Amino acid sequence: MICMNFGGTQVRVERKKRTESPLFQKVLGIGIALLLVILVTGIIIALSGKSPIAAFQCMIKGAFGTKNSVAETLIKAVPLLLSGLGLTICYRTGLTSVGSEGQIIMGGLMATIVGVNLGGLPAPVVIPMAMIAGILGGGIWAGIAGLLKAKLGVSEVINTIMLNYVATYLVAYLVDGPIQEAAGHYPQSDLLGKNAWLPIILPGTRMHLGVILAAVSVVLVYMLLWKLPLGYQMRAVGNNPIAAKTNGINVARNMVLAMFLSGAFAGLAGSVEIMGIHHRLMNGFSSSYGFDSMAVALLGGLHPVGVTIAAIFFGALRTGANTMQRTLQVPVSLVNVIQGLVILFVLMQALLSRFTIRIIQRNAKEKGAKQHA
Amino acid sequence: MLDIVSGFLEAMVRMACPIMLASLGALFTARSGIINFAMEGIMIMGAFFGVYGSYLSGNPWVGALLGMLGGLAAAVVLGIMSITVKVDQVVAGTGINVLFLGLTSYLCTVLYPDGQPSSVEAFQSVEIPGLSSLPVVGVFFQQNLLVYLAFLLVPLIWYLLNRTTFGLCLRSVGEQPHAADSLGINVNRMRYIAILLAGILGGLGGAALSLGQVSVFMENMTSGRGYVAWSAVTVGKWNPIGIMGASLLFGGAEAVQLRLQALGIEIPQQFFQMLPYLLTMIVLAGVVGRTVGPKAMGKPFVKGER
Repeated sequence: MICMNFGGTQVRVERKKRTESPLFQKVLGIGIALLLVILVTGIIIALSGKSPIAAFQCMIKGAFGTKNSVAETLIKAVPLLLSGLGLTICYRTGLTSVGSEGQIIMGGLMATIVGVNLGGLPAPVVIPMAMIAGILGGGIWAGIAGLLKAKLGVSEVINTIMLNYVATYLVAYLVDGPIQEAAGHYPQSDLLGKNAWLPIILPGTRMHLGVILAAVSVVLVYMLLWKLPLGYQMRAVGNNPIAAKTNGINVARNMVLAMFLSGAFAGLAGSVEIMGIHHRLMNGFSSSYGFDSMAVALLGGLHPVGVTIAAIFFGALRTGANTMQRTLQVPVSLVNVIQGLVILFVLMQALLSRFTIRIIQRNAKEKGAKQHA
Repeated sequence: MLDIVSGFLEAMVRMACPIMLASLGALFTARSGIINFAMEGIMIMGAFFGVYGSYLSGNPWVGALLGMLGGLAAAVVLGIMSITVKVDQVVAGTGINVLFLGLTSYLCTVLYPDGQPSSVEAFQSVEIPGLSSLPVVGVFFQQNLLVYLAFLLVPLIWYLLNRTTFGLCLRSVGEQPHAADSLGINVNRMRYIAILLAGILGGLGGAALSLGQVSVFMENMTSGRGYVAWSAVTVGKWNPIGIMGASLLFGGAEAVQLRLQALGIEIPQQFFQMLPYLLTMIVLAGVVGRTVGPKAMGKPFVKGER
């Protein structure tokens, strides 16, 4: 406890007993964190000799200025949201997965294989099939790390990272060999059959069906975590695995399942990205959506609604940064700087929410300034 | 045949050096009870500032020094987050990695107004007279100075950890921080010292990558070596000699990739590029369960709270 006296007013900072803080305080904390991020980013831009205000204006205009830019923001938010929802399940179960990137890649790979080979089938058949293939691809990839954790106790953190690299090189090999386009010019696959392309839902833009799919997923994940017994079990494992085990919850099974589900959503993100945007598999198609979705999940407070807002924010950041680079020549890598800062400052605000600040009016003479560490 | 073997050994030792330096740094943090997930960010800072220092001064040693300072800066952020603010160390480490991977790419465009020079003054190999002319193993003595330094550090750090008061204090902080605290050891100060050492060695590891191997900085050039270095601590069973073995194993995996490609063997290169990462997974699955890490790993220390 720290007490400070200013004239007749005593300001007291106390450590709280409860760790869960009211929503208002959480939102306030995240708001302060974001302000700090903007401040630090502004300083970095200013140090490179550009005007931070012009840069931020440019970003906002680039992300929300026209119908097309809003659509671009949303389609960039879709993979972030899907993958962030997956991570929400996984983090709530107490597993720290860093593997969304690899799972997105595997999802995209599986969807491509189905989309290229069965592209002749009617759209209502081939689209769900390609998506299920993507979901399985991502889910199984994540499940490997889940199994190794549950059966052998190997850190899922290391394994998910390593699987990212394995997936990257696997796709690099495949698009340069077995599934390379028939023309054989570039390391990329053939185009998916037209029937496997996701339909555009806003004519004149690239906005595709994936936006609706992502919105449905938000509700699904909310239902899973808070309305179904499975979600209750997973959260119990995340809160206290030993207590969960004593109460008859199968910890290992829930861990593997949570990893599978988180990979399934990442895999869906990958298949949507391929079927909605690129329409073919190539190296680096996931453009680090997987890593960014970690920041999205955290910033969203591991709640589907929060994750949605965070995903749109990060989607806007990506779209806006592209405009900023074109107009002001501020390097687009600034987005990574902003994302790193967001993670760190949002973590720091969790510290603030552990304390309450009380202001008490009283006579300063009664008690001198006291400090306890 | 002898040429192939010695070529492979030479590449193995050279490739192992950055990982070994970073891993020895991560060892200090691990033994003091901190999960150093930020090693990727620490190494990329070392790699970037190593090249920048050499670009400014024309001297690779100035580069190495600046690289260490860069690594230190990233490590201090981890220290503040994990020791003072007491947040989840893996998540904080992820944030640090994203931040510094972005920042180094950003600085790369900002600090080199005319584009990055194609190469800077790098560390040259120094032959040790007599030993370097031995058949096959002679290649061990034709390395750059950072490689010799990395191998020299192994016994030094082993001695420091196992035979000095400082080492005992550091290990006790990682095992039983409350017991250490009751004996008058300043737990958080010990952990900050570990963070500083990890920053210096990790930064040097990054510089060994950019100045000891290619003499240029590339975006995201560490490509997961920080994570590999961190895994090497577990694979090496939390001691410097084990870490040397683990680093050589990973260095060997990278060297195989280079050598077999050069020999024109008909296996796609991407499979060799996967090798270090697959090897990490396999070795970890075999090792974990048979080793016990520091007990207080990942747990922030709060005086008087259990």
